[in-house]
Amino acid sequence: MDGDLRRPPYRRIFLKQIAAVVSAAPLAATTAPVASAQNASTAQAADVNASIGQSSLPTAWLFFNLDEARTADAVVARLIPADDNGPGAREAGVVVFLDRQLAGAWGHGDHFYRHSPFLPGTPQQGYQLAFTPAEMFRLGLAKLDENARKLRGSGFADLTEQQQDELLAQAQEGKLDFGTLPSATFFGSLVDVTMEGFFSDPIYGGNRDKIGWKLVGFPGVHASYANDIERHGVKWSRAPASIADVA
Amino acid sequence: MAKQMPPVDVVLVGGGWTGSVIGKELAAAGQRVVVLERGQPRWTSPDFQAPGVRDELKFTRRNELHQNTASETYTFRNRTDEVALPMRRWQFAYPGNHLGGAGVHWSGAYYRWDPAEFKIRSHYTQRYGARIFTDDITAQDWPLTYDELEPYFDRFDRLVGASGQAGNLKGVIQPGGNPFEPWRSNPYPNPPMKLPHAPALFGEAAEKLGYHPYIQPSALSTRPYVNSEGLQMNSCVYCGFCSNFGCEQFAKASPQVCILPAALKLPTFELRTGAHVLRVELDKDRKTARGVTYVDAAGVETFQPAEVVFLCTFAINNTRLLLLSGIGTPYDPATGKGVAGRNYTHQTSSGVGLFFDESTHINPFMGAGAVAVTMDDFCTDNFDHGPHGFVGGGYIQIQVVSGAPINNRPTPPGTPAWGSAWKKAAKRYYNHSIPITITASNLPVRGGYLSLDPTYTDAFGLPLLRITYDFPDNDIKLSAFLTQKGTEIGRAMRGVQLAVGAPRTKPYSVTGYQSSHINGGAAIGADPATSVVNRFGQCWDVPNVFVTGAALFPQNSCYNPTGTIGALAYWTADAIKRDYVHAPGRLIA
Repeated sequence: MDGDLRRPPYRRIFLKQIAAVVSAAPLAATTAPVASAQNASTAQAADVNASIGQSSLPTAWLFFNLDEARTADAVVARLIPADDNGPGAREAGVVVFLDRQLAGAWGHGDHFYRHSPFLPGTPQQGYQLAFTPAEMFRLGLAKLDENARKLRGSGFADLTEQQQDELLAQAQEGKLDFGTLPSATFFGSLVDVTMEGFFSDPIYGGNRDKIGWKLVGFPGVHASYANDIERHGVKWSRAPASIADVA
Repeated sequence: MAKQMPPVDVVLVGGGWTGSVIGKELAAAGQRVVVLERGQPRWTSPDFQAPGVRDELKFTRRNELHQNTASETYTFRNRTDEVALPMRRWQFAYPGNHLGGAGVHWSGAYYRWDPAEFKIRSHYTQRYGARIFTDDITAQDWPLTYDELEPYFDRFDRLVGASGQAGNLKGVIQPGGNPFEPWRSNPYPNPPMKLPHAPALFGEAAEKLGYHPYIQPSALSTRPYVNSEGLQMNSCVYCGFCSNFGCEQFAKASPQVCILPAALKLPTFELRTGAHVLRVELDKDRKTARGVTYVDAAGVETFQPAEVVFLCTFAINNTRLLLLSGIGTPYDPATGKGVAGRNYTHQTSSGVGLFFDESTHINPFMGAGAVAVTMDDFCTDNFDHGPHGFVGGGYIQIQVVSGAPINNRPTPPGTPAWGSAWKKAAKRYYNHSIPITITASNLPVRGGYLSLDPTYTDAFGLPLLRITYDFPDNDIKLSAFLTQKGTEIGRAMRGVQLAVGAPRTKPYSVTGYQSSHINGGAAIGADPATSVVNRFGQCWDVPNVFVTGAALFPQNSCYNPTGTIGALAYWTADAIKRDYVHAPGRLIA
């Protein structure tokens, strides 16, 4: 796999294309606003995909707008980075997983008790905010970007990796101002859902090429271990299988 | 005006283990029976078939088989001077939903409670003196003994195809079994589970330290087996998708696998799914139930008249139905008076994280909900409590439940939660780590109870059940003791580089999974002043209403509940057939 993402070139290409879109948009707006907006949108989507370094990402997102997709992808790429231990969450398509989850039933709180009053509780009482996952991610990603601009002068996705890590660590410690959303709460959800996207069955759009499973050695949906379980201490070496592989 | 259904003899609320067992028994005895199940009908085939069922995101993370918190949850506070707030999503336990209830997504760990636990107050008092119970503890004896229940344990063993090596056959200790096991009249119907690597290492170390490890009994069949209902079970294949999942294999016992197909053949047995019961309807004198009101799947309020009502919902949901129906005087923690809602308990669980050298391959994905090597040396009163000054005990074990990596990705303490350092540790330890789990008893306290929440409601506008609870110091001491013992065993295991014990601490919290064994609120007892039901699960105040399951537990054992719940269900069904039908509406003597 492409464990060594050549990230700086991607970033340069991306920035160039963004610049082209931004400069073209006002001109187009004077002639054919609708068509140009669509073109710009398509071009931007292609850029996001390029920045992600994958060719098979959707050019249409179910939940994210393009800014959100770009920020989310940059975030997951730092939470589980590509490094000496192989590809990370970006390469595994975790941003696609996030997009689908947030657009779907879970994102909209299908198992979330949402009756008021919403009162501050004790730590033992657990999550007591009104945000559904979708609402939390929409606000949280925007606030992360806002903090990046305020503190570092550009959007999260355009910071250096070191700057991104510093900002994420500040969010984790609850030190960033996200308005009504505690940044530590958002960060906790980000990590949880990123791990879900990295390790869930690839049918959900993440864990592409079983990158997550290969990292740790999880075999997926192998049919039976009845003949293996008493072979003590023998490392399992067969390739992992997903639900789609055997369905 | 609610829609009226034709009357039946017996209505059972909930299509899980107890509703299925009692419903089938009474239907076979000629009673016209209807089981009302709020969830959907889901069957081993086609609903739980591979590969689709092997989906950690869907079943574990997205609560596919769990009660939906969006429509019904619990509220929680530690103390009466706090405001209870809703559990907006599950973390502390997984109450069941849909046909079979939690009997579908359980692990299959299969135990009988110890004889001493049925007489906890008198047993400990006799051996250690009454002062071993601190004043806050409201633990009380059961009104029946292990010996009385034994034939019913035996019967449930043969229903679920229990697997294990007998340790005590009619009082004679058997080699290879658990020497602390309560006596049993027959061997397990099936041989023990296979032995994975990590449990074997645990057993080796525990034995070296002088303990008595054995293979945990389970309700996962270990060979092709035709059960007591003539239904076929198959061998467990150790696929590692067990707890939180339905079993594709017909190996894990569930109501669907073990009893419902037999019940549905009876012309007197009806199963009605999508029927969410709101309350038991009482006569004006409030001493007799007329039936139950439910909302059907289309939302239509419906009255089902019945001569006898059984509450067979998930654990403490039965307590909520009692409170919503006005059955039993609600417990008041200020005065200690009242019974409905009294004696809530959960589990005192803890663990020891073990981190092995890289030549020890654990293969955590080769497992099953109940495949474990365990030891009972520190259960119940199997050891001298005198020097310790606490009541209760717990089992210590290594169980290989699941390697599914969203939830199972252990890293040593101090590892960052993200980034390259996390990733390196996740890769290093995935196949070289497993916890020792410690499952301990939990005692009820005077200030801990269940009641109707004054603020929050369910999808039907009815008050949620409110849990008020914090651990007694007794259980915190117990957990410290057991976790220390577990850590010593971990350190004695081959290949272990690091063993990190994490005892349970106060305050009780609902933000982490402890077990799905939530109990009480409808305590079984001999005295109507301290119990809701008599020894047959019959309500003192409304004798044609019976309660089943873990709501009856006056306190929690260290042992998993289902074996005891199943035995109690058969015990109750027998009493109905033997006595109640001849004197309906009267308390069974």
